[in-house]
Amino acid sequence: MISKERKFWIYETMNKIRYFELKALKLFEENKLRGSVHLYAGEEAVAAGVCSQLRDEDYITSTHRGHGHCIAKGAELDKAMAELMGKVTGYCKGRSGSMHIADFTKGNLGANAIVGGGIPIATGAALAAKLQKTDKVAVSFFGDGASNEGTFHESLNLASVWKLPIIFVCENNGFGISVPVSQSTSVENISDRAVGYGMPGVTVDGNDVFAVYEAFEEALKRAKAGDGPTLIECKTYRTLGHWTGDPQTYRDKKVVEMWRDTKDPIQLFKKRLVEAGDFTEEELDKVEEDAKIEADAAAEFAINSPNPDPSDVMDDVFYEC
Amino acid sequence: MSKKTYATAIRDVIAEEMRRDENVFVMGEDIEILGGIFGCTRDLYKEFGVDRIRNTPISEAAMIGAGVGSACAGMRPIVELMYMDFTLVAADQIINQAAKTRYIFGGKAKIPLVIRGQQGIGRGNAATHSQSLETIFMHFPGIKVACPSNAADAAGLLRTAIRDDNPVMFFEHKALYASKFEVPDDPDFCVPFGKADIKRAGKDVTIVGSLLYVSRALEAAAELEKIGIDAEVIDPRTLVPFDTQTIIESVKKTGKLVVVHEAHKVAGWGAEVVSQVVEGAFKYLDAAPIHLGAKACPLPFNIELENAVVPSVEQIVEAAKKVCNKK
Ligand SMILES: Cc1ncc(C[n+]2csc(CCOP(=O)(O)OP(=O)(O)O)c2C)c(N)n1
Ligand SMILES: [Mg+2]
Repeated sequence: MISKERKFWIYETMNKIRYFELKALKLFEENKLRGSVHLYAGEEAVAAGVCSQLRDEDYITSTHRGHGHCIAKGAELDKAMAELMGKVTGYCKGRSGSMHIADFTKGNLGANAIVGGGIPIATGAALAAKLQKTDKVAVSFFGDGASNEGTFHESLNLASVWKLPIIFVCENNGFGISVPVSQSTSVENISDRAVGYGMPGVTVDGNDVFAVYEAFEEALKRAKAGDGPTLIECKTYRTLGHWTGDPQTYRDKKVVEMWRDTKDPIQLFKKRLVEAGDFTEEELDKVEEDAKIEADAAAEFAINSPNPDPSDVMDDVFYEC
Repeated sequence: MSKKTYATAIRDVIAEEMRRDENVFVMGEDIEILGGIFGCTRDLYKEFGVDRIRNTPISEAAMIGAGVGSACAGMRPIVELMYMDFTLVAADQIINQAAKTRYIFGGKAKIPLVIRGQQGIGRGNAATHSQSLETIFMHFPGIKVACPSNAADAAGLLRTAIRDDNPVMFFEHKALYASKFEVPDDPDFCVPFGKADIKRAGKDVTIVGSLLYVSRALEAAAELEKIGIDAEVIDPRTLVPFDTQTIIESVKKTGKLVVVHEAHKVAGWGAEVVSQVVEGAFKYLDAAPIHLGAKACPLPFNIELENAVVPSVEQIVEAAKKVCNKK
């Protein structure tokens, strides 16, 4: 059972992510934002469903498609948008752009532009949590494509033999850029890979908040009980291009439209909330309106922020002792 | 001659070599329908089929290793990396395996493998997608390293690389793909490895640069001409093998040397050039050589920061003026 308060948080977070992404897309199209920008719109149920159960002291690692995870782990939209625009007020002082947002104060060990790069790092955070005898957990978000990198396989094995408090959350959105999962991946369900590493593997509908929530709740219990890791595969779909500007010639528009129009995770969740009598349609519309306003304000903040000073470019290479 | 972009020149050579030799094939991420994110294999799957233009999973270590193994077994693989930064994900297969296999097996193996892809600044790709890594691979004996600066060199060097029986790392530059140049139509047009190219003849100062820094050195030379300094611009074209001789001959004439690259200055290949010139032509030098390269920090995202990290045309001009003792 998800508490009403938590449901509200999830709905709000999903909307924040959605409108942040749509704003980023608009800024990119207006040439106000550059670089490699990978949008998460349409996959919000995963980040929100998972992060609603984490505390600031729990860790996550994220991916090149990281805005959603970062926002769900507590990132402020202003600072995130400023980072996308390379401004000094951004999370990483404008040094990182879209693909590396991190906020260590919120347990976000970073988006990661190297596919599969974050998985061993989350594993290490889980190791620290165990060695320090805390009840912290780590979550690694990664894509279907990343599950074909060596880092995925090495990390699952290591986390399993060491019984680490980690949950591996695979976002199977159907593609690694232009390559469909069926062409690149040896198993029907990526969760099947858990068997090889001696841990439970589950596949859930990644556009259904409740399904994601319940699978994660179970995995979290396991991790906290000292029983080790779980692999959760969330089947979702990337309804936008791989990156802003992707021609998308590799897939059928009709399938994309079907997912966008009938399986939108926010719409599905909203319907359930209204049907259950948790909130009225008006209450939820207000959340959506507020998210739009917040995204617009974040863009304003980012646009009006200064660029970093090039004379500081050598700072932070090493920790100054 | 045909005027072509750097990307088209690469694609055309791949296609011609695949027609010429059925053992040549390509594997890489998103190279089929997408044609690679920079279009270097665009539409080739239509002619050659997906056996020979082969999409891989995102598994760089296995891709490179499969390149080594299939080469040992008689194929002539070309492995495309989407970004050369991902060589680091597959570093063991390149440095411990591809580079050493022939030698450690007493000369038994033959590894006609090309690992190609783009690197460098220019698209706001930040720290892990903007690096210049050619220097690293120059350090380990057993792999050849090519760095084309225009479409003609890209075509000629790539053909040589594909026909070479050794592993070759082929570094393209993302900011050069759209640049156009006259490319010879001869289907056997090869640029030999180990032969530097004098991109501009001059008598006052030798400027050595590669990839994006050839055009930047030429821009600097145009500036220098205005103040009466006649610069010679040399592009080594391959770092392994390296044509020290052409550079030494030039320095004997000019007495001054500036080396510039986008790779980090510290232990960058420019340091090797300076070292070889000092060893080979010390008495001809009128001034201490200057070596320019990226600052010792990762490549930042913000465009102004990115530009602040890599050498500017202005810095090349200043360095040349300094070695020429001109204010
Ligand atoms: C090591 C590495 N290889 C390749 C890439 C290029 N790349 C960036 S995203 C991507 C696809 C990733 O697919 P997936 O893991 O399914 O994530 P999705 O983009 O679908 O969310 C690729 C190949 C990279 N950034 N890092
Ligand atoms: Mg994917």
